Amino acid sequence: MKVLVENIGSKVVLAVERLGFAIRLFLDCFYWLFFGRKYKQKLKLAQVVEQVRVIGFDALPIVMGLAFVVGVMLSIQLLYAFADFGAESQVLLAIAKSVTREFSPLIIGIIIAGRSGAALAAKIGSQVVSQEIDALRVMGVVPVRYLVLPPLLGLIISMPLLILIADFMAILGGAFFSVDTLDMSLMAYLKESFDVLVIEDVTQGLVKSVVFGIIIALVGATTGFNVTGGAEGVGRATTTAVVASIAVIVIADMTFSYFLTQPL
Amino acid sequence: MKKNLIRVKNLVTHYGERKILDGVDLEVEEGEIRVIMGGSGSGKSTLLWHILGLYQATSGSINVLGKDLNTLKFHEKHELLRNMGVSFQNGALFSSMTIGENVAFPLTEFTDLDENTIRIISRMKLEVVNLGGFQKLMPSQLSGGMIKRAALARAIVMDPKLLFFDEPSAGLDPVVASEIDDLILKLRDAMGMTMVVVTHELDSAFKIADKITVLDQGKNLFTGTVEEVKNTKIKRVQDLLERRARHDTVDPDEYLKRLTQENYTIT
Repeated sequence: MKVLVENIGSKVVLAVERLGFAIRLFLDCFYWLFFGRKYKQKLKLAQVVEQVRVIGFDALPIVMGLAFVVGVMLSIQLLYAFADFGAESQVLLAIAKSVTREFSPLIIGIIIAGRSGAALAAKIGSQVVSQEIDALRVMGVVPVRYLVLPPLLGLIISMPLLILIADFMAILGGAFFSVDTLDMSLMAYLKESFDVLVIEDVTQGLVKSVVFGIIIALVGATTGFNVTGGAEGVGRATTTAVVASIAVIVIADMTFSYFLTQPL
Repeated sequence: MKKNLIRVKNLVTHYGERKILDGVDLEVEEGEIRVIMGGSGSGKSTLLWHILGLYQATSGSINVLGKDLNTLKFHEKHELLRNMGVSFQNGALFSSMTIGENVAFPLTEFTDLDENTIRIISRMKLEVVNLGGFQKLMPSQLSGGMIKRAALARAIVMDPKLLFFDEPSAGLDPVVASEIDDLILKLRDAMGMTMVVVTHELDSAFKIADKITVLDQGKNLFTGTVEEVKNTKIKRVQDLLERRARHDTVDPDEYLKRLTQENYTIT
């Protein structure tokens, strides 16, 4: 019993410690973004562009493919469910709203957490293990500015762009499966979909995606910097980064959904 | 009179609860090669990291290049670090960059020089460490000795006033280790750098040192020239020189406690 309580206690302390570390990272990033130039800790634009390419552009095929499949999946389920009420025509509305508000930020968030969050944790973790972080520090380079700020900005820029593309692909996927049943042309379906969408639907998804991007960067970097125990530790950190960032994303998604759907 | 570039006074440091350095004093003159020796766990690497300002000491003062590390602001510390170079035990080259990019890294970060100038300077430094033409290779494609030399090239690329080595010849064969020693001497003579070398290789220490500081159990045991160290009567220094094992007396009570007590940790 005593051991159990001790374990719970130390886990809680560790979690609070990591949370504090992540918040500190976030604040530091913005400090260096705005004041770095003054202290010769300038952020290089090329580094951010490179991150946008790796995180955003390179993820395009998988994001487009999976968003399309999610659209098809939704239309299969909704057609089946709405058939009982004879309300198949509402499928279009349901897909358009649920995709832009919920599914594309969540699914893309999970994909990018698995892709870029894991990569960030592994990169920073292996650099901790091989003393590369120490090498940066003794050269007078602030590790946060060099290692965390570029991917953070890369994610903040890439995520909304990916979401816009995913929105379109998912609606296209929904259209692809349901045009026959609804007896509509593809173009008419798409036009109708964009008509029923209001600006809030899309912005809600975009706001969420920026938050998810920040979560992915901070969780990845935090687990990476706290690696202990050599190569095995790097592997463990990678797993932790993916699981933790997906968990935080899902919880944040629920919280944002609640607040963003409250009438003003 | 030459001025002291490093002055450490009564430095006490802890790692968790454990005391690592217990009142160390150290003074290094300009242009000198100082070797810090001592067995494993004697605190020699810890002393190095504290001089570099990477950790916070419990008490004592460290003055480097005329600046007191305790009173220095965060940005001033970074400014100061650009006047120092460090060659790590395992090289600590950035594994995602080529050798050339590694050596050029401090220049691209801290200077406004154009690409061509940076390329020429970094290739010159690679020539100094006899790695001319290797700039396109990745660190994983180099041997241990080459990695150390490449790391040295990166450490000197900004022409630092102070150069630190952590175990420069550890894990190298005698010939390569001796080459590194020659390189250290050559650098001091050509560029007038002040160097602090942490090592436990006796041959290497005797070859390069102007003065040797022997640390033992977190204390400064002895400081002197190579001759003085060889002739000293202090037993623990002799033990180190003649590779004799330590024969610490065992406290029976403490020994029993270590064996039997649950959750025993060294304090």
